[in-house]
Amino acid sequence: MSEALELDRRDVIRASLIGGATLLFSAKVAIAETPGAKPVMLNAHVRINADNSFIIGAQNPECGQGIKTMLPMLIMEELDVDWAQCHIEQTLSDGKIYTGQIAGGSFATPNHFLPMRRIGAAARQMLVKAAATRMGVPEDQLTTGSGKVTHAATKRSLTYAQLAPDAAKVPAPDLATVPLKDRAQYKHIGKSRVGVDTPAIVAGKPLYGIDVTLPGMVYAAVEACPAYGGTIASFDEAAVKKEPGVLAVIPINSSYDPKGGNDAVAIVATSWWLANKARAVLKPVWNDAEARQNSTAGFAANAATLFGQAPQADILRKGDADKALAGAAKSVTARYEYPFIGHANLEPQNCTALFKDGKIEFWAPSQAPERGRALVSEMLGIPPEAIKINMMRIGGGFGRRLMVDYMAIVAQIAKAMPGRPVKMIFTRTDDMRHEFFRPGGWHSLSAGLDKDGKLIALKDHFVSFGADGKPVQAAGMGAGEFPGPLLADVNYGVSYMKTNVPTGFLRAPTSNAMAFVFQSFLDEIALAAGVDLPEFMRRTLGEPRLIPAVQGQYGEFHTGRALNVINKVCEIAGWKGREGGNGKGRGFGFYYSHRGYFAEVVDITVSSGGAVHVDKVWVAGDVGNQIINPINAVHQVQGSVIDGIGQALSGQSVSFVNGAANRTNFHDYPLPRITNAPSDVVVEWVMSDNPPTGLGEPALPPVIPAIANAIFAATGKRLRSLPVVPANLA
Amino acid sequence: MATELTINGQARKVDTDPQKPLLWVLREDLNMPGTKFGCGMALCGACTVHIDGQATRSCITPVSAAAGKKITTIEHVATTPVGKKVSDAWTELDVPQCGYCQAGQIMSATALLNSKPKPSDAEIDAAMNGNICRCATYVRIRAAIKQAAGIKEGTAA
Repeated sequence: MSEALELDRRDVIRASLIGGATLLFSAKVAIAETPGAKPVMLNAHVRINADNSFIIGAQNPECGQGIKTMLPMLIMEELDVDWAQCHIEQTLSDGKIYTGQIAGGSFATPNHFLPMRRIGAAARQMLVKAAATRMGVPEDQLTTGSGKVTHAATKRSLTYAQLAPDAAKVPAPDLATVPLKDRAQYKHIGKSRVGVDTPAIVAGKPLYGIDVTLPGMVYAAVEACPAYGGTIASFDEAAVKKEPGVLAVIPINSSYDPKGGNDAVAIVATSWWLANKARAVLKPVWNDAEARQNSTAGFAANAATLFGQAPQADILRKGDADKALAGAAKSVTARYEYPFIGHANLEPQNCTALFKDGKIEFWAPSQAPERGRALVSEMLGIPPEAIKINMMRIGGGFGRRLMVDYMAIVAQIAKAMPGRPVKMIFTRTDDMRHEFFRPGGWHSLSAGLDKDGKLIALKDHFVSFGADGKPVQAAGMGAGEFPGPLLADVNYGVSYMKTNVPTGFLRAPTSNAMAFVFQSFLDEIALAAGVDLPEFMRRTLGEPRLIPAVQGQYGEFHTGRALNVINKVCEIAGWKGREGGNGKGRGFGFYYSHRGYFAEVVDITVSSGGAVHVDKVWVAGDVGNQIINPINAVHQVQGSVIDGIGQALSGQSVSFVNGAANRTNFHDYPLPRITNAPSDVVVEWVMSDNPPTGLGEPALPPVIPAIANAIFAATGKRLRSLPVVPANLA
Repeated sequence: MATELTINGQARKVDTDPQKPLLWVLREDLNMPGTKFGCGMALCGACTVHIDGQATRSCITPVSAAAGKKITTIEHVATTPVGKKVSDAWTELDVPQCGYCQAGQIMSATALLNSKPKPSDAEIDAAMNGNICRCATYVRIRAAIKQAAGIKEGTAA
C-alpha cells in the first residue's frame, strides 16, 4: 500500500513551506547505486529507485475525480520523467507532511497546480545540481529528460538513480522561485491519461475501503437510532450474543458529537453477514421523543409561516428593491422549492481500524481523512500522533465522505476489540438514513422590468434551516448569487427554521439548488421581457468586466467569461431561440460555481404520461487556460451532467417521518440508469487566460434549470419544484 | 455445512450457512472482494456474477443455490474471449470514474455479448439497465460495449 512512501520522521527535515504545500526532504536515507538498493526519497512525493524508475506519491483522496492520476502528472512534468518510468502510489494521510489532502470544493486543481509542479521542479533541480558537481560543468549546460541529466557538449549522461545519493544531500531549493517549464515544453500536462487504477478496477482488484482484508479481522454492523438526536434506552444484548458468530455487542456514539450520548449499538461478529443478521434480535428501544418531532410536513408548515413574515435577516441588500419594484413596468413573482436529497454513494459507508497499545490505524475511504484524525482524537482521547491513516480508493464521494462519522464509529468499536482489526460496513438502508443530506429550501421571488425589458429590481425571501441567525451546514445562500451583485436595487433575505436532520455538502453544494431556482426564474423574467434566456443573460451581464469580490460577501465574477460560454454553447447546439412543442423542448442554463463558468443546452422529450427524457446535452465550460488531463476532464463533465439529470428527473427526494428518513434503497431513492442517459453529452472548452480550476462540480448545476426550462418550452408548464413528477406533466 | 462450488474453473469448498448470499461467501469466505456489495436487494447490479453463463445478482443468491454450477467472477472474466474484449474496451475508453460499480457492469456487458454478439442500442440499454453507475459513466459504457462488439459508432447494429 503506502509503505514505499511512508516517511521515517527522524530522517525528515522541514525544508520550506510555500503556496500551501509543505515539501519535506529526507536527507539521511541510506542509498547505493546498485540494483536492489533501497530507493532514495528525494522528498515526500518522489522516490527514485535503483533501476531509475520512480515512485510518485499521489497525496489526495481518490473518489473518481481522477486526482490520483492528475497530481502525479504535475510532479512528473517538472521532474522531467516519462510516464512509463513511474509508479504512482497513494501516500498516507498526514497533515504534518502534506497539505490539502481533501477531496472537496473542486479545490485540488487550483490549490495544487503550482505546488505539485514546484515539488517536481525542486527534485529536478537537486538532481541537476548533483550532476553539475559530478561532471564539473555549469548547471546551465545541462538538460534533462526521461529521468536523465545530459551534458550535450561532451555527450555525457547520468541517470537520476546514479545522481540520487548526491542529490539527496543538496539543500532544498526555495519553492517560490524554483523555475518551472513554459507551457510549450509540457509533455504530460494536456495529454490524456487513462486513470492510474483503471486496469486494476477492470480486473476486480481490491482497491476500496470495503475490500480491506487483514489477518484476524472481525466485522461490525451498526444499528443506530433512526430519529436524529435520539439515544439508546435499552437493547437485548443476551439475545444478540446467542446468535452465531457474534463476538461482542458494543454501545457507541455515532452522532458526530464527542459529547453526545450513545445512540447506536455495534454488533461484532466473525462475518459481516452474521453481524448484520444478528440485528434482527437486538430489539433496541430509543429515547427519541424530541427527535421524532422533525417531519417533512412540519418543515413545510414552518416555511408557510415564515413566508408570512418579513425575512429574519439580509443576505444582500443594495438600493431599494421595494421602491424599484413599485415603479417597474412589468413584474414577475414565483415561489420555488426543492427537497432534501442524499448522496447514495454506491460503496456504502465503511471503515476498517485496528486499535493496539493506545494507537489506532485506519484504512479509510474518506474525502477528508485529516478531519477524521481530529474527530477520532477527540472521541477516543488519544493524541493525533497516535493515529495512522491509510487512504483507500473511494467508491463515490459526492461530499458524503467529507463527513467522517464512519471513522469515529469504527474507532469506538476497535477500541473495544483491542488487537483485532475491525471492518464496519453500513447496509444500504443505514447508508440512506444515516446521511448528511442536501437540505431542502424554499424561495419567494419578485423581479421588476423597466419598459425596455431591463431587469431593474430583484427580491428573494429564502427559507432554509438554521438557528441563531446562522444556517446549518450547506443550508446557506451566498450574497453573490447571480444576478444580485450586478443590480442596483436588490434584496436577498433569509429566514431559518430549526431541524435535527443532519445536513452536509452534496456535489456543487448550494449551487445544485440555487441554479435551479435562479436560472428557472430568470427564464420566466426573460419571457416577460420578450426574449430567450441566453439573450436575457447577455443583456443582464452587459460589457465584459470583472465584478470584484466584496470581502466577507462574495467572490469575483467575470461577465466576459460568462458571455463566452453562453455564446459558445449556443453556437455548438445551434440555439435559435425558444423552441418546443409536441412533446419536444429545448432549454438553456448557465451557472458559475467552484471557479468554473458553465452554460448548457438540453433537448428533451416529454412522453404523453409526463415522463421526461433528456435526449442530448451540449456543454461549454471555462476552467482557465489549461485542461490538465483532457480525457478525464470530459468524463467529469459528462458524469456531472447525468448526475444533475438524476436530481431533476429520477425522483430523488427524501422525506422525514417521525424524525427519520423514509428512504431505504434504490427502489424508493432512484438513481439515473443507462436508459435515463442522453445519447451524448457534447463538451467544448472555452480557454481563458486564467489559472486552471477544478471540474468535480461546476458542470452539474446548470443542467437542472436547463431541463426545467426545456419542460416549459415543451409543455408550457413551469417546473417550480424538484423533482419532476411526471403526473403533473401528463 | 460444507458447500461445493466451482468458481472460475476451480473447485472450492466453503463451510458456511447455506443461506449466506454468494456475494458474502465470495467476499468473506473466499477472499475475492472484486464482486461488490451495493444494495443487498438486486437493485444496483454491483454484485453481478455469471452462474452457468447467466448474469446473476449474487447479493440475493444463497450459496446453496450456486452449488454444483459454474460461477465466473470479475477476477476471472477477462480470461474468456468475450470478457477479454469487454475488459480491454473498458480500459481503453477509461470507463471507470470511482469504479465501484464497474465489476458488475463488465459482468453484465459480457453476458450480453455472449448471448447477443451485435446488440442494438436498445438491447444494450435494456441489458444494462439493472446496473447503476453513481458516477454516471453511461455514455462510455455504451461506447465500450460497442467497441468490444466491433460495432462502429454511429452505425446501426
